[in-house]
Amino acid sequence: MRVVAAMSGGVDSAVAAARMLDAGHEVVGVHLALSRSAATLRESARGCCTIEDAGDARRVADRLGIPFYVWDLASRFERDVVEDFVAEYAAGRTPNPCLRCNERIKFAGLLDKAVALGFDAVATGHYARVVEGASGRELHRAVDAAKDQSYVLGVLDADQLARAFFPLGDSTKPQVREEAAARGFSVAKKPDSHDICFIPDGDTRAWLTRRLGERPGELVDAVSGDVVGAHGGAHGFTVGQRRGLGLDRSALDGEPRYVVSVDAPTNRVVIGTAELLGVDLVEGHHLRWCGPAPAGEVRVGAQVRAHGAEVAATATVDGVDAVRVVLDERLRGVAPGQSVVLYEGTRVVGSATISGTGRA
Amino acid sequence: MLPAALEALMEQSAVVGNPSSLHTSGRAARAVVEEARERIGAALGARPSEVVFTSGGTESDNLAVKGAWLARRAIDPALDGVVASSIEHHAVLDPVEYLAAARGVHVTWLEPDRCGHIGVDTLREALAPGGVAVASVMWANNEVGTVQPVAELAAVAREHGVPFHTDAVQAVAHLPVRFDESGADLMTVSAHKIGGPVGVGALLARRDAPLVPIAHGGGQERQVRSGTLDAAGIHSFAVALEATVAGRDVEAKRVLALRDRLIEGAVRLGLGITVSGCWTAGDGTRRVPGNAHLVVPGCEGDSLLYLLDAAGVECSTGSACQAGVPQPSHVLLAMGLSEAEARGALRLSLGRTSTEADVDAFLAALPAVVERARRAGGLL
Repeated sequence: MRVVAAMSGGVDSAVAAARMLDAGHEVVGVHLALSRSAATLRESARGCCTIEDAGDARRVADRLGIPFYVWDLASRFERDVVEDFVAEYAAGRTPNPCLRCNERIKFAGLLDKAVALGFDAVATGHYARVVEGASGRELHRAVDAAKDQSYVLGVLDADQLARAFFPLGDSTKPQVREEAAARGFSVAKKPDSHDICFIPDGDTRAWLTRRLGERPGELVDAVSGDVVGAHGGAHGFTVGQRRGLGLDRSALDGEPRYVVSVDAPTNRVVIGTAELLGVDLVEGHHLRWCGPAPAGEVRVGAQVRAHGAEVAATATVDGVDAVRVVLDERLRGVAPGQSVVLYEGTRVVGSATISGTGRA
Repeated sequence: MLPAALEALMEQSAVVGNPSSLHTSGRAARAVVEEARERIGAALGARPSEVVFTSGGTESDNLAVKGAWLARRAIDPALDGVVASSIEHHAVLDPVEYLAAARGVHVTWLEPDRCGHIGVDTLREALAPGGVAVASVMWANNEVGTVQPVAELAAVAREHGVPFHTDAVQAVAHLPVRFDESGADLMTVSAHKIGGPVGVGALLARRDAPLVPIAHGGGQERQVRSGTLDAAGIHSFAVALEATVAGRDVEAKRVLALRDRLIEGAVRLGLGITVSGCWTAGDGTRRVPGNAHLVVPGCEGDSLLYLLDAAGVECSTGSACQAGVPQPSHVLLAMGLSEAEARGALRLSLGRTSTEADVDAFLAALPAVVERARRAGGLL
């Protein structure tokens, strides 16, 4: 097959490209230029989209002897990922931009362009497995549970999955680093990227404040309804957050307080004790099925954040774009805007964006 | 590289000797450099003393723009302005922008007409207010190949008493470039565009051209360009230049025919392909013979590049320096193309190794490539 290997400049995508080549495919390396201000070298170990990263990817392509191109998807990334991220926070939700990027950039913008140019598929360095099942391709968790990235791929539909390769799904991270070193890749010891690539210093709240401005509002107690403090903008808060509330704990009977909800229209951040955080009802919309859509009530495993544990649940699809997930046990800090990804064993069934939470 | 130039490079590389040293091997190296200086001067219509060796086009351009500006300002602080065409190579563009940003220099950009030519009156108008330290207009554009009326422009600059620099890197291969007849005070040339080695070039500078060094050191090259000279590279440069000049008229005619075959063929495909700027079949005086610059509507240049590369055709979207994140060419934008049009630009350079079969292979590959690139182009 003719395959585009998406090469970020990191160790994972480098080894993924090498494995596709070893498997006998015709591979072309493509680095996605996603940053509008790409004229910057790396500011910290967190960034993923700098000129230095493009150079690292190019060196791996040199080493593999494959053609290498930089495709500029910056304006599309800005529109479909960054602006969506800002709008979601402004609406009081907590988006996952990596999911959006996979859905709309890597397996849409990139994949569509690749297919139009005559390629058959896109390969990335995600840790997840694609398995040929009875009714088409299935997406499964990676062997390395610590690195498993099936959660952020839960937005792929069957068509996208049909053209996706994840050559690292059967390996652990240490194995991949070892292989990179054995192959002589300069990126073998490059640190993992963390957090959000377009916020290189990792300070999401400050970044959002630069985009949205200061929006002073009130901190409100969930039980009494009393105003107990002030904040610089509801967009700086996410459900389950404990730090940065600026509260005098002694005034609140010494018990830690958490964000229990964010109300964008009134710009109020509601806080309460840990006990109030537990929910076992998760409602979602923007359904994406990685295979056949389940009908009626199904038993599943549900994961509500990128590195969270999976809990047993019952999911009921309600119409075309709503799902109701009742968890067997309560989870804390389930934030609207995140995705709930549903599993059957190791197989990803699909995902939904969380629209609301509560108690069943 | 030309085989003779490569041989000259290898041969001289085996010889030890610093041309600045006074011992025997140093003197021998110096003799090689000085002989090359004479041969290069003769081939380009310059006196040997007017040849200042550099590491290539970029250094020569920087030395010309910054060195002349510094020298003129030292004479008269009122001489603070710079005039340059907006379609210069980045090696001129960026030093000018640097002077504007770091030294507060007033810059007047000369805009081309839609053909990509800089008018004599445009320069006259820019020089009229006075206070200009240096003017720079390239001989032939590196992207679209337009040839500027250098002698007329230099004459206008002379009327105003302003030193005139021209970047002739792209011109020497196919045009009868003569420093003395051009009227320019400063001229950039480079070895690797004429079959010589990468890393060697020269700034031709009239003996009365105002020029101070931008890199200070041992004082070689008339005190304006310090650093130990690369005798082997310089020797090879001279060999390549002489060979180029000797065969230039014949080669220019051959390449011109290839260029016209390519452009006529591409335009006739019925794919909406146009030539950027103005092109007249058989004319190599307003547009260099070896440049075919096409605009393919509805395509992203990088898609074309990939598909053509896969089909065995090596070409470029803009200048090679911009390869990386694709940006629409500043030259095409200055010529009035829209950003969308500029994104579908395809630059094909024809030279010594190009053949009719290459052109025909390109034309044969083009329809399928354009069709695919258009499908990919509409998606972003």
